[in-house]
Amino acid sequence: MRFTPGAKVRARVLDPDHHIRLPRYVRGQVGEVIEAEGEGPLPDDRARGLMPPRVETVYAVRFRAAELWGTGTHSVTVDLWESYLEEVP
Amino acid sequence: MTGTAGHEELPVAARVRRLEERVIAAGLATDDELDEVLAGLFADASPVNGARIVARAWTDPAFRERLLADGNAAAAELGFAVSGYRLRVVANTTQSHNLLVCTLCSCYPVSLLGPSPSWYKSFAYRARAVREPRAVLSEFGVRLPEGVEISVWDASAETRYLVLPNRPAGTEGLAEDELARHVTRNGLIGTATV
Repeated sequence: MRFTPGAKVRARVLDPDHHIRLPRYVRGQVGEVIEAEGEGPLPDDRARGLMPPRVETVYAVRFRAAELWGTGTHSVTVDLWESYLEEVP
Repeated sequence: MTGTAGHEELPVAARVRRLEERVIAAGLATDDELDEVLAGLFADASPVNGARIVARAWTDPAFRERLLADGNAAAAELGFAVSGYRLRVVANTTQSHNLLVCTLCSCYPVSLLGPSPSWYKSFAYRARAVREPRAVLSEFGVRLPEGVEISVWDASAETRYLVLPNRPAGTEGLAEDELARHVTRNGLIGTATV
């Protein structure tokens, strides 16, 4: 587990040809780790039939609407695999 | 297929039928096997299940604590074997409201909520719930006080969410089974207050 609750993380800007579970609207955006949700096989690998798939920690990451859309007071929490995230220095 | 009344004419239904034909033609599964999987998925799936969990949480504070800490274990206490995903229950308060969406497809805990409503799978709901939830909620007739913060949960991985609504005022004297009848599927998704 690389990130702890409260950590600021940035969703990577990934745009592979294959399946990915990184919603486009959070790519490049900074959010806060709410919790580590346990480990799960990486859907990118499963969808391509790669055996065994990489297994990574999945994090609930909360983004502020103002960051995502430039407006709004709500938050959006997205479940993201560890390799979709990078540290914010 | 059971539990899909009103969906047969949607474009997605035609796509699913075509996909089923291809799966069968490729020898990956038979028609009967597909039917069996679907029947199993929907057999006991109903929002009545989610409503029972909510009513128990309203009447038993210790259960509520356990439910918020570990949804799967708490659901199992009531006889609901929720497996294959992590169940996370998010509680509304007087200051906060939760709304569920799956922007990538239409994930949600089918066994506790029943088959998902067609609007939950629509592009419009999935795009707008994360962007302007207050406007979406008002179209469902939910008008939240200004100060109430909205938390949207996008089920993009292996966690499925369930909203624990606030117990309505004036229900103090009701028994658990009567309380359960107040809870709607939309309340469990967050597009209704209860």
